[in-house]
Amino acid sequence: MDISLNVNGTTHSHDIEPRTLLVHYLREQCGLTGTNVGCDTSSCGACTVHLDGRAVKSCTVLALQAEGHEVTTIEGLAATDGSVDGALHPMQEAFRDHHGLQCGFCTPGMVMAAVSLLDETPNPSETEVRQGLEGNLCRCTGYHNIVEAVLAVARESS
Amino acid sequence: MIPASFDYERPLLLEEALGLLTEHGDEAKVLAGGHSLLPLMKLRFATPAVVIDVGRLDALSYVRDEGDHLAIGALTTHRDVAGDESIKRHVPLLAHVAGQVGDPQVRQRGTLGGSIAHGDPASDLPAVMLALGATFVATGPQGRREFSADSFFEGFLETALTPEDLLVEVRVPKVDGVGWSFQKLTKRAQDWAIVGAAVLHGDGATGVGLINMGSTPLRAVEVESALQAGASPNDAAALADVDTEPMADLNADESFRRHLAKVLVRRGIEEAVAGVHK
Amino acid sequence: MVSLQGKRVVRREDHALLTRGGTYVADVVDPLLDGAGHVTFVRSTMAHARITNIDVVGVRAMPGVAGVFTAADLDLGLSPMAVPILPASMARPWLAGDVVRFVGEPVVLIVTERRDQGEDAAEQAIVDYESLPAVAHVEDAQNDEVLLFPEHGTNTAAVFGDEGDVSEFEGCEVVVRQRLVNQRVAVAPLEVRSTAAALGTDGRLNVWLSSQAPQSARHAITKAFGWELESVRVVAPDVGGGFGAKIGLYPEEMLVIWLARHLNMPLRWLETRSENMVAMGHGRGQIQHVTIGGKRDGTVLAYRLDVLQEAGAYPSMGAFLPYMTRVMAAGVYAIPKIGSHAKSVVTNTMTTVAYRGAGRPEATAAIERAMDLFAAEIDMSPVEVRRRNLIDASAFPYTTATGAVYDVGDYRRALDLVLDAAGYEDLLAEQASRRASGEIRQLGIGIALYVEITAGPTAGKETARVEIRPDGRAMVYTGTSPHGQGHETSWAMIASDVLGIDMDDIEVIHGDTDLVPKGMGTMGSRSLQLGGSAVLEATEQVLDLARRVAAELLGVEVDDVGLDHVQGLFRRLTDAGVNGVEGAGVSWQQVASAASGEGGSLTASADFKATTPTYPFGAHLAVVEIDSETGMVTLERLIAVDDAGRVLNPLIAEGQRHGGIAQGVAQALCEEMIYDDDANPITTTFADYTFISACELPSFELVAMETPTPANPLGAKGIGESGTIGSTPAVQNAVVDALSPWGIRHLDMPATPQRVWRAIAGGAAFNNGKEA
Repeated sequence: MDISLNVNGTTHSHDIEPRTLLVHYLREQCGLTGTNVGCDTSSCGACTVHLDGRAVKSCTVLALQAEGHEVTTIEGLAATDGSVDGALHPMQEAFRDHHGLQCGFCTPGMVMAAVSLLDETPNPSETEVRQGLEGNLCRCTGYHNIVEAVLAVARESS
Repeated sequence: MIPASFDYERPLLLEEALGLLTEHGDEAKVLAGGHSLLPLMKLRFATPAVVIDVGRLDALSYVRDEGDHLAIGALTTHRDVAGDESIKRHVPLLAHVAGQVGDPQVRQRGTLGGSIAHGDPASDLPAVMLALGATFVATGPQGRREFSADSFFEGFLETALTPEDLLVEVRVPKVDGVGWSFQKLTKRAQDWAIVGAAVLHGDGATGVGLINMGSTPLRAVEVESALQAGASPNDAAALADVDTEPMADLNADESFRRHLAKVLVRRGIEEAVAGVHK
Repeated sequence: MVSLQGKRVVRREDHALLTRGGTYVADVVDPLLDGAGHVTFVRSTMAHARITNIDVVGVRAMPGVAGVFTAADLDLGLSPMAVPILPASMARPWLAGDVVRFVGEPVVLIVTERRDQGEDAAEQAIVDYESLPAVAHVEDAQNDEVLLFPEHGTNTAAVFGDEGDVSEFEGCEVVVRQRLVNQRVAVAPLEVRSTAAALGTDGRLNVWLSSQAPQSARHAITKAFGWELESVRVVAPDVGGGFGAKIGLYPEEMLVIWLARHLNMPLRWLETRSENMVAMGHGRGQIQHVTIGGKRDGTVLAYRLDVLQEAGAYPSMGAFLPYMTRVMAAGVYAIPKIGSHAKSVVTNTMTTVAYRGAGRPEATAAIERAMDLFAAEIDMSPVEVRRRNLIDASAFPYTTATGAVYDVGDYRRALDLVLDAAGYEDLLAEQASRRASGEIRQLGIGIALYVEITAGPTAGKETARVEIRPDGRAMVYTGTSPHGQGHETSWAMIASDVLGIDMDDIEVIHGDTDLVPKGMGTMGSRSLQLGGSAVLEATEQVLDLARRVAAELLGVEVDDVGLDHVQGLFRRLTDAGVNGVEGAGVSWQQVASAASGEGGSLTASADFKATTPTYPFGAHLAVVEIDSETGMVTLERLIAVDDAGRVLNPLIAEGQRHGGIAQGVAQALCEEMIYDDDANPITTTFADYTFISACELPSFELVAMETPTPANPLGAKGIGESGTIGSTPAVQNAVVDALSPWGIRHLDMPATPQRVWRAIAGGAAFNNGKEA
């Protein structure tokens, strides 16, 4: 089936099988490999992207379901903040400054989830941050510095 | 993990969707938010020949105040249910639980109707529907039909819906000011409940729904009767596992589930009576 | 330039990881991989069975299928043993041919044009099995009633040490015995296993591997297939976590590599999480029997640790790990007599391998549980019992009764620091108050001290090469293979400090055997102390070379040349040192250009060899709350003192501690890889396996402590595994402490709601502590 999808402000058009999951479409058709797959069961959140500005798990969305919506991936995040080329979104900056990532595999999904979290809850408590990230698993950081990073962004923007 | 091949239909109108359901029958699966169906399809536990994506039936996403109850479109997402002002005011138990389903990403896509139609005994919202005494509205070849929540869940992942039916609306009575509580034990925040209880108890309304205490979502009828007869929270809760058939799995055997049901129902009643939430 | 040592330098790796994501094997774009075929495995659904027939006719008929292989199609001989001491008669076949020995064992290999076609085709394979009795539990397997390898005659793959000697405990007033389960866990890096392989135009095979040790992998590949070392290039691109399970190679990876050359066809393989859960090596898996004896005044006189290690179906690194457990059996205590015996036994489950800590967490868990059991038996505070038996700070180097030579430590100070940071007395008061009032939610306080061995078991070595390019930039080539540990940042810090070259002008290269042919990789908390020291030595050598060139340019003696680190200039030394000098110096660019102009280059290599392994230590204190009605355990606080010697970059070191602590807590509270009695794996997805999430953890309270080691010029010990080693027993001890009012002295991990509730239900009547 033909699909036309707006990803990071660019329209992509391809002929795909209906069973193509959004994450595979992004990685294989659009060449946007920042979004990762970490599990089979919608548990780990490594595949988190934004659909119309809100975090979803792109392994549990058919590419065809996303048609007509705006998809934002980690590659397009900085631009949503009006940043110029090479600059970081405040959440990306905070993850770097607080060492909120190690191997980096969960990071794109974690950052996208964190941005969405602050969008919904601009001034979260530590508990709210942890609950807001319940759908994103990380094996390296113990979440400690991820939580620090999210709280730092919240503080700076309030 | 990639689903087996299927034909994809994306109706834009309800009539079109119903026509497709009639045409394909049990060869087809309805795809709403996809958070019950797609994981099963990826593991190839479900291999429908046709997937009918009802996600564009925007007319099925709404919350309407209809006097003594709220009418909620089946495609309203958990996030929208959790955040809706009229649900928060009139049926706060529902808003609260919708905000507890899965994780934020799941709530962004998953729908109230999808969760109910899937009929998973481990799922939070069906138990809430039982506690509230909700009514479900479906449309199909036999026209528009209403089901009480009580009569809807028939077996493991089986409901009163036929393959040709589409759940279109959920009606929940307003319970302003009635004490409520939601209790669930999970190993991990995002996990399904090992056991859970949705309790509504106060002026004019009493309802107790149980999560994961049998092959279907269950109402704790004996508890409700005891409460209505004036039993103490402790005495009423002691009946929480009556007529349940909890399954054993790696998280809990049958006796632990029975025990948990009593503890969680008791805590729920106590919280409802104390008016922690109203 | 101010020294970077001890500075919280943010990672240079992060920009790419945060903006476009890492380039993991599945993300690698290379012209050689254009049109690569995809490999899919059909795996055994049986735990133990004879294969009677494999029908792949239907597979071949599926769209996109380019090749189908079974054991009969391979002529590769036996696969090598990961550890030489393990019996070759238990070698794993490349594909199962006659017998399958665990659920998930590969039986058929399929090559398709696209990946989705592989999943479709795999469904068409028909494998007929004749079921054999399966043995799931190691305590059953050791009886040899069901043999996995009948020709080997026993399920025992390896034995360490002597059988017990009861005389050890003569003279003890009190002897306590306990069986402990150190359960099997899934390693679960977020990136699953992935491989790509393609022949280059030069006939060499290029391999991209999600690996912790690409140089070792290259040796293993070429040795296994009888290829020339030079005929293979291995690249470890970004790696999404390893934790020990990506040290060695698996048959799946080896087959993809072999087949790419055999078929002369570029190939890719990316497993699913469901495959990873059953077919990547698992961690831990020990049944331990501890015996501890001593006097009623708290003195421990003798300790015995007997280990039964699950090896899985085909013994590999996991079968060797009891060796490490035995080495570290004494923990931080001066125990006069220690006995230990271990054996590794095969079962019809996935093979066990190294997992963060690898044999040492098991040792610490055993001794720290034993100390609490001993304390409970003599009715003494667990803190006091520990204090009375700690090795004294003046005793180092200290040789334990098991023969380990601890380099340096101050265990008493670690204990004091953690108690102080935790507010131990206040915690005890809070606990007593809850006990007295019989609250539903009871408090537990758990303490664990640990010492572990890093860069061991024998003294390690690592390689580095440093080169100054004519433009004045420095290149650092390292044999370590970081996958989240931040070596690109840390090695640049080391080089920058020596050379006075800005970090931004230093590039760190790793993980490509064409660029770094020699190296041991990253594992066992070895990288900074060995790899970092190698970088330091190579950098110092380059500086020496540079000073000679600078001396010529400046027209002075070499001994009169100094490096002005602030400006990165070589100058003539005066009595006032480099900074007090007027007159022009020469830059790195000038020096490097001059060196290359003479046909040479400014480069030096160092093979750093440590004189001894190092022994990081620390103390963890956990506070848990248990809901006595539901059995739910909540970790309220985790306070950690981790002394890994001199810390180069605290930001990175703390990150290592956080991650380790979380994995350790997970083992104590929720994670377990479960097989049922018929050896069917149960926890095969992240929906079933309780991979710990942010909600189950508090923020951790880290306390700094630095006791530099003499073992290397950086004074550094390993930090990668400490968190895991200390936190598990601290949390487990806290859970048992919370349950002590019910007369409970021990509870095995993980402390799931059902297990905790059952312990309470089966325990004694609640004792509120009011009675004397």
